Amino acid sequence: MHIVHRPEYGALMSEPLLQAVNLHCERDTRTLFRQLSFSILPGTVTRVEGPNGSGKTTLLRMLAGLNDAWAGELRWCGAPIASQREEFLRNMLYLGHRPGIKPLLTPLENLRALMAGRRPSPDAVLRQALQGTGLAGFEDVPCRNLSAGQQRRVALARLLIADEPLWLLDEVFTAIDAEGVKALEALLQQRAAEGGAVMVTTHHDLALPDMHRLTLGAGEASDER
Amino acid sequence: MNAETRPTVRLVRSSVGALAAMKGVFARDMKVAFRQRQDLLNPLLFFIMVVTLFPLGVSPEVSFLQEAGAGILWVAALLSVLLSLDHLFRHDFDDGTLEQLVLQPQPLFLLILAKTMAHWMLTGLPLVLLTPILGVMVHLDGNSIAVLCLTLLIGTPVLSFIGAIGAALTLGLRSAGVLLSLLIIPLYIPVLIFGTGTVAAAAEGAPVGAYLALMGAFLVLAATLAPFAAAAALRISLSNG
Amino acid sequence: MWRIFHKLGSPKWFFGIAARFMPWLLAGGLLLLMAGIIWGLAFAPEDYLQGNSYRIIFIHVPSAFMAQSVYIMMACAAVVTLVWRMKLADVFVKAVAPVGLVLTFLALFTGAVWGKPTWGTWWIWDARLTSMLILLFLYGGVIALDRAINDEKSAARAVAVLVLVGVVNIPIIKYSVEWWNTLHQPATFKLTEKPSMPAEMWVPLLLSVLGLYLIFGWLACVRMQAEILVRERRTRWVKTFVTTGKV
Repeated sequence: MHIVHRPEYGALMSEPLLQAVNLHCERDTRTLFRQLSFSILPGTVTRVEGPNGSGKTTLLRMLAGLNDAWAGELRWCGAPIASQREEFLRNMLYLGHRPGIKPLLTPLENLRALMAGRRPSPDAVLRQALQGTGLAGFEDVPCRNLSAGQQRRVALARLLIADEPLWLLDEVFTAIDAEGVKALEALLQQRAAEGGAVMVTTHHDLALPDMHRLTLGAGEASDER
Repeated sequence: MNAETRPTVRLVRSSVGALAAMKGVFARDMKVAFRQRQDLLNPLLFFIMVVTLFPLGVSPEVSFLQEAGAGILWVAALLSVLLSLDHLFRHDFDDGTLEQLVLQPQPLFLLILAKTMAHWMLTGLPLVLLTPILGVMVHLDGNSIAVLCLTLLIGTPVLSFIGAIGAALTLGLRSAGVLLSLLIIPLYIPVLIFGTGTVAAAAEGAPVGAYLALMGAFLVLAATLAPFAAAAALRISLSNG
Repeated sequence: MWRIFHKLGSPKWFFGIAARFMPWLLAGGLLLLMAGIIWGLAFAPEDYLQGNSYRIIFIHVPSAFMAQSVYIMMACAAVVTLVWRMKLADVFVKAVAPVGLVLTFLALFTGAVWGKPTWGTWWIWDARLTSMLILLFLYGGVIALDRAINDEKSAARAVAVLVLVGVVNIPIIKYSVEWWNTLHQPATFKLTEKPSMPAEMWVPLLLSVLGLYLIFGWLACVRMQAEILVRERRTRWVKTFVTTGKV
């Protein structure tokens, strides 16, 4: 995989992109984490770690703004996210458990629809991205006829043309074969080298040099407040 | 690390405007719907079948059907819109496209407005187009059929808009379909009253302009307020899931 | 100012303060309600058209009035839930929705009982009875949605959205009263207009409305306290309260 197309505009940023201050999250009477603080710098890959149920997915959904049952503060480029939501969304790419792919549409149509809300790209670029994820020859086959791994690759094709500085990737390695995992690792590393910031959760052993780790506890019953 | 070697990244300062994003959402929903044409036909078949039940279940007499026809068609249309609402957001929720929609950098209520308009084009509008045929079958006169079509043309988008709130609130819940009906039917009653009342007034030869204008006001109100409520409800449902 | 607001939002603080007010609410409410009803049923003059059957208004009107006010109170609390995320507002909506449902049912039931001698039938599809029926549906929907969502925070916010959407319906219901103004009498008691009934009739009516307000306040406190205990069961103060009875 290699980056296909990435226009350059906007300001250069070397300060922390994302800062979390004293995050506190409870779910179904359990405290997932409290007083969780961290900063995400440009040019880093951060792996969110922890046992099942420790809130890895919840954390990424919180950061993306999909989950709002939390307390604490989230900052984007130094200012609270709540005050600059659109700015933040423009600069953040989230891929979740569910790939965000319509089974009735073809990979090309899916990718076109996903990019339509952000930065419409010519079909040639989209096709190139799909080929880059190993979907050459499948661009115009309805996604429901593709395997789970191939559907996941359609979603991952976005990464090849994404210019968002922050990527939040939740279990994106699921259903991807060994070769694909290697290519994806390389892509994340290349992204970090370009200055992008990546947060990722995965059960795979990621083999990245200077990878940051954010470890969440096993969760605790919030007995007393 | 000193300042020179620190990695930097360019921030994205602009993205597609709201109108273009709305067009994208609308186009995608249309495309998906036309790939699964049977789903488009189902509410229409349901509409026809419910109307058929009344002559069979109550009375095939011309006088009864003339009197009740407009109401029957309105109720049947209301029910088939209700039936179709369950998948307004459900498929998108299941496959994850809804998350991506919420994370688009445009105001969510505008994107929902686009989605709801697509929903109306795919369910409400076909019902309106089918109404003249069914109107003849329940012995409505030409004038009543015309007014009935007009009230449905103004009223069915209201049903879609209000319904979007219910669909968003019940997203991801068990037995969401029944719950959706419980939440939404009470909110449909004023539209139903004015929809059928207008046809009744027309049958008595009264001018209906004022009533149609009033229904238009309902539509404006629903189109401006409902997308906000639906957007808030969607965020809550996604936060839960 | 903000500190008071925060205090108001604290379930523990409310629990304590409610306990102090509740006896007064109950006593005052019962006193006013009994006075209003006894005066209305036994001493108020007969209606020259409806005879004695009109006397059911001393129950019907207060419950119909309260049923609508409760929904509006819920809407105010819903705004607080959505804007300030105040826990107590969530608790209020959840606690009073069933009370509103019962009041609406009571209004419909007494309306039907009143309808029998007045119109010769238990039920008439007139605008006011129908709007009460719609209100019953609205309450039912609120309760059903609240029960369907497991997570209590999500439930509270979803219900708040639904209540606000429902409250938009209330003016439309009022409008349909004007459009359909048929068999039922126009609103019996309006705060802004000079009442058309003699003082011997409307004074007891006012008393029973006020009494029902106070009793509603008491009932809301009881139910909110119960809900607070369930929600805060894992906190230290509830454990202390359960074992020692002190807040």
